[in-house]
Amino acid sequence: MNEQTDRRMDEIIGRLLQAGVILAAVFVLAGGVVYLARHSTPVTNYHVFQGEPAELRTVPGILHEALALRGRGLIQLGLLILIATPIARVAFSVLAFLYERDWTYVAVTLVVLGLLFYSLLGRHG
Amino acid sequence: MALGTRIALNTFEFTALVGLGALAAGFLGALTGLGGGVVIVPLLTILFGVDIHYAIGAALVSVIATSSGAAAAYVREGYSNIRVGMFLEIATTVGALVGAALVLHLRVSVISIIFGIVLLYSAYASMTDHAHSSANAKPDRIATWLRMDSTYPMADGLESYRVRGVPQGFGLMFVAGVLSGLLGIGSGAVKVLAMDKAMKLPFKVSTTTSNFMIGVTAAAGAGIYLSRGYIDPGLAMPVMLGVLTGSLMGARVLAGAKVKVLRAVFSGVIAVLAVEMIYQGLK
Repeated sequence: MNEQTDRRMDEIIGRLLQAGVILAAVFVLAGGVVYLARHSTPVTNYHVFQGEPAELRTVPGILHEALALRGRGLIQLGLLILIATPIARVAFSVLAFLYERDWTYVAVTLVVLGLLFYSLLGRHG
Repeated sequence: MALGTRIALNTFEFTALVGLGALAAGFLGALTGLGGGVVIVPLLTILFGVDIHYAIGAALVSVIATSSGAAAAYVREGYSNIRVGMFLEIATTVGALVGAALVLHLRVSVISIIFGIVLLYSAYASMTDHAHSSANAKPDRIATWLRMDSTYPMADGLESYRVRGVPQGFGLMFVAGVLSGLLGIGSGAVKVLAMDKAMKLPFKVSTTTSNFMIGVTAAAGAGIYLSRGYIDPGLAMPVMLGVLTGSLMGARVLAGAKVKVLRAVFSGVIAVLAVEMIYQGLK
């Protein structure tokens, strides 16, 4: 409701998004270097869909692979950070609306956040 | 024609070529304002023979990257309407979940045909002129209750506007979300259509708000893609980095570019790819 706070929130959101993309890109790049250094033949046959191995499909699995410094794990961690960036942005908006005491939009934003969490953390086969 | 089937490519060559293709897509997308994401799936499936599931996985990831990177700039200008965006985001997010679910139930050929049709619409939409929406004096009940009416910065101060057509906008946003989750695209064109035409928002508000929404919608689809194993790191890596770099370069060059000409060329390319996607689906 307050123009000033709206603008300030916007600025923080802008920086949050940028930071997320940069952090994600760093992991993807680092993982890419490790991946290319270790694989000369393609790991995946892209012509036929087989689906990624289980450890690259879940958050715990990806963290485990990344900590083990495997190229594909590091890349996947970067991609996970990338997917989490808009989610963080929505979470921040919940706080922003709380600060403005805008209860309607706290609820609206929580619904969106809930759907996003369901997507990222739910079991989708 | 698919590289990688006819010619044996090792990992490095494949990565480099995909990265270059993604760079070109991101560059043209940023220059023309059409977004590179929409070209990634056809590029991967037609040129590299990549299965569509891997392609939409990589493409959706690149959509998050470019929209989040670009949104950082848009948001600071103060044009986007966060209440409108967040409320409509309910529709797009649910849509994305539905779209991602549809991938399991539709034949690949059907997905290809739908993709081609959506591409053709994008090419058409980018070529048509955007009529300036006139300011409305009458308040809309739903929009007022949701406190969506706002202002945007003009040269001589803040210009206020009213929001209308909330249910229609909501419905269109649902469709935009379904397309995003099904095809691995940003659906920016449909989002802008919903806000510009159905809800009568000023054009710049529509485009900037749409940009903010694209990343959130894509994240909803990407979460599902990730757990289904559509997102392959070896493929998504060059695509994401290539598109990001390309769009950064495109944004730099933007000042001196002849946008109209580029837009026409890009639309032509998109139209060709669209026909190819439909053709592949019909085979």
